[in-house]
Amino acid sequence: MSSEPFFRSIGELSAALARGELSSVDLMRSVIARTEAVEPKVRAFNSFDREDALAQARSSDLRRAAGASLGPLDGIPIGMKDVIAVAGQPLTASSRMLANFVSPYDATVVKRLRAAGAICWGRLNLDEFAMGSSTENSAFQATANPYALDCVPGGSSGGSAAAVAAGEAIASLGSDTGGSIRQPAAFCNVVGLKPTYGLVSRYGLIAFASSLDQIGPFARSVEDVAILLGAIAGHDPLDSTSFHTGIPDYRAELDRRKGPWRLGIPKEYFGEGLDPEVAEAVQRAVAHYQKLGCEVKPVSLPHTEYGVGVYYIIATAECSSNLARYDGVRYGHRSKEAKDAVDLYFRSRAEGFGSEVKRRIILGTYVLSSGYYDAFYLRAQKVRTLIRNDFLAAYREVDAILTPTAPTPAFRRGAKADPLAMYLCDVYTIGVNLAGLPAVSVPCGFSQDGRPIGMQLIGQPYGEAELLGIARAYERDHPWAQKRPVL
Amino acid sequence: MNYEAVIGLEVHVQIKTRSKMFTRAPAGYGHDVNTLTDPVVLALPGVLPVMNKAALDAVVKAGLLLGCEIAPVCKWDRKNYFYPDSPKNYQISQYDRPICLGGAVEIELPGPARNIQGEHKRIPLTRIHLEEDVGKLNHGALDSLIDYNRAGTPLMEIVSEPAMHSAEEAFAFLTSLRLAMIYAGISDCDMEKGQLRCDANISVRPAGQTKLGTKVELKNLNSISFVRDGIAHEIRRQIGVVNAGGVIVQETRDYDGLTGTSQSLRSKEMAHDYRYFPDPDLMPVKVDEAWKQRLQATCPELPFDKQRRFLSHYQIPYTITSVLIPDQALSNFFEEAVALAGIQQAQVVGNWIANDLLRELGAAKRALADSLLRPVHVAELVKLIEAGVLLMPAAREVFAEMFASGELPGAIVDRRGLRAVTNEGDLEQWCREALAGNPKSVADFKAGKESALNAFKGPVMKAAKGKANPKLVDETLRRLLAQSN
Repeated sequence: MSSEPFFRSIGELSAALARGELSSVDLMRSVIARTEAVEPKVRAFNSFDREDALAQARSSDLRRAAGASLGPLDGIPIGMKDVIAVAGQPLTASSRMLANFVSPYDATVVKRLRAAGAICWGRLNLDEFAMGSSTENSAFQATANPYALDCVPGGSSGGSAAAVAAGEAIASLGSDTGGSIRQPAAFCNVVGLKPTYGLVSRYGLIAFASSLDQIGPFARSVEDVAILLGAIAGHDPLDSTSFHTGIPDYRAELDRRKGPWRLGIPKEYFGEGLDPEVAEAVQRAVAHYQKLGCEVKPVSLPHTEYGVGVYYIIATAECSSNLARYDGVRYGHRSKEAKDAVDLYFRSRAEGFGSEVKRRIILGTYVLSSGYYDAFYLRAQKVRTLIRNDFLAAYREVDAILTPTAPTPAFRRGAKADPLAMYLCDVYTIGVNLAGLPAVSVPCGFSQDGRPIGMQLIGQPYGEAELLGIARAYERDHPWAQKRPVL
Repeated sequence: MNYEAVIGLEVHVQIKTRSKMFTRAPAGYGHDVNTLTDPVVLALPGVLPVMNKAALDAVVKAGLLLGCEIAPVCKWDRKNYFYPDSPKNYQISQYDRPICLGGAVEIELPGPARNIQGEHKRIPLTRIHLEEDVGKLNHGALDSLIDYNRAGTPLMEIVSEPAMHSAEEAFAFLTSLRLAMIYAGISDCDMEKGQLRCDANISVRPAGQTKLGTKVELKNLNSISFVRDGIAHEIRRQIGVVNAGGVIVQETRDYDGLTGTSQSLRSKEMAHDYRYFPDPDLMPVKVDEAWKQRLQATCPELPFDKQRRFLSHYQIPYTITSVLIPDQALSNFFEEAVALAGIQQAQVVGNWIANDLLRELGAAKRALADSLLRPVHVAELVKLIEAGVLLMPAAREVFAEMFASGELPGAIVDRRGLRAVTNEGDLEQWCREALAGNPKSVADFKAGKESALNAFKGPVMKAAKGKANPKLVDETLRRLLAQSN
């Protein structure tokens, strides 16, 4: 092990911790020092609490000394997107609305990570309320791409991706509603998994669009993603949409899944708007799978073109209702100018929300309005079913679907001022959320100017073990995520 | 011109569950403000609802009880509107697919006199659905404070068809519905605690016209007498407007029961667009046949069915049933006591309960459940009287004493020496002495003066120190007089 602790994998670190070569406090200090060194450039964190993290690390060391280690995550610092509730820590959604809100409770994923001994480390930046694809919509700061500091890290989980890429966390959790884990993972040269809808509890995740949101891990290897997924997945009685299913040992399954697989290539994902460098990198990955003996077949997902439209109806409708609770009455930003209750709502929300959030609330309020519901929301739900059926039909012929994660590598901050241009960043990732499928973004190369490129592998419902096995088969030969950013 | 009023009611009934509709936080009344809360009740960022199955059970039971069709799936919708008593600024409710459709509430209209049963009618229901209650605002001079204890309490909305035509019918509907819910253990329906709340849709039309008039929604009818008074007031108001050449506008009015007046809250143009859509946080829940059968088995006999059974099976008067039926515990008490005393004693048992027991409970300000007096006491008392062991004035004293102490009547009678003389030898001797001491009355009686018999009773009672059974004394005197010919 030559690299600094902050760049090692969970597997390496847990082995070193077990052998006593390293303490969790040493590791945490290493991560804190790294964070303090690079954070002025990266700006991945909304906040972090050194003393709290070191206290968690000390507890981990005490457990290990007592022979009561809780497993591979015990003592490993995991960064948290600032939409996941951790008791006693800020929970801001990168919004002025919640700038001063401290969560009194733990999200279910946090409870599970604590039970596995992980250290909840820092509050990672995002597009306000997870609405955006560049993390520029944060009310607090724009996070930089560690591989290209003038570029965005993607979004909405830009902080989660950038922190892991920059060595400011060993791994992290993000959330994905239309690509918010996979696109920043692709932009930041890390592995990011959006699990099947219902695999991971949403309790304690600030809701953007409830029928699309899913929490998932970021890490620098498929194996680390598998370890984290194993810790957070599984039915939660506090989330009615969480699924009753057996959770395999994802890490152990990685090397048992050997293929060869039948991979589907949807032509709709390789058309207009796809950057040639991205297309080339993804084609090279496809060729590598062929070399490994996989059968590569063209498949069709004919309703793909409706994905973005359907998404922006369903997601905005749900968000208009989900964000109604931020009213300045019980917590969060409260306007000091308000004259009465109605005025309090108007002013608090006008002052507390940023423009993208307002745009989506207005859009969602409109599509749910009396007289418009059938034409927009109801029809969008029907098309959503067609999109899901497209995928399920493809899975009669293939085991997984391989696409680019995003049409382009990371773009420059400020390059996409038009909301529609920004929405099209998610054109390849949105269908997966609408269909409720699992998908992982795996690094597959770099552009000539050094910006990372990711490919997306889309799996079958609750087929995460197989999906990660497919990802691992590529990563074993092409460990792009091991290329560190220069900071 | 004659007018007909058309009335439909929307009744909200809080369901009696331990926890709230979508979280484990406890439900209750009268606790310190904002103590029955948790992150879900307060709609903190990130929380999710989980359905309380007991509340769904209760509404399905209510539907079965009222003859509704139960939907095969319980589906949840969000009703979006901003108001400070609603923590999420949307209410989880049921929109296009309520859990119960149809059904009816049987009502009894007032009879021509208190002791005469009135006409019965069935008021059809449109639907029953399940939702969550909101918090409570307390408006001060400078600010408003919110208590979220009530927020999230399971709430059932029962909507009647516009099928009632008088305030009396609406009153009877509410009374009957309330009692059915109490019988089934679904709610305590205490209006003072807001466990039952009622809004009314009221319109008037010229008698004979089939088209409905413009409706006005009357809100805040928050006591059962306000419902009657408020509706009567609104009917008079509408007829007054029409008679004066005016037009009824569709609006929501707020009734003030204390002043007996109402004022407009909002017009139709200001009606909310609730932007209903299916709640993506809650999966639809299947309600299958087995589920329904399990609940059907827990449905009690409806109050009016019980009343019909009491009238026919026990042959007790209507007036006694109208005391017993509104109180399920009292009805059960009656049936248990009759079972012990024998069915031929049903009316006597009924009288003791309807008169003496209720009087004692009232005087002691005690609930039946807390009473030491059990059905066995009443049954034993009635049997002692029937056997002639206990006489009437003394029986009242025994009743009061057993009510106070819980001691069985037989024991009280013995301890206090109240046992009536049943030794026929003694009684016959006293009667002979009484007859011998008053030959004139003997002659009068024999001459056909029936009332002369009373002249002997006083001396017999005196000799018996008041403990002779008057019926037995009467019989013995007649027998001796007949023999002495």
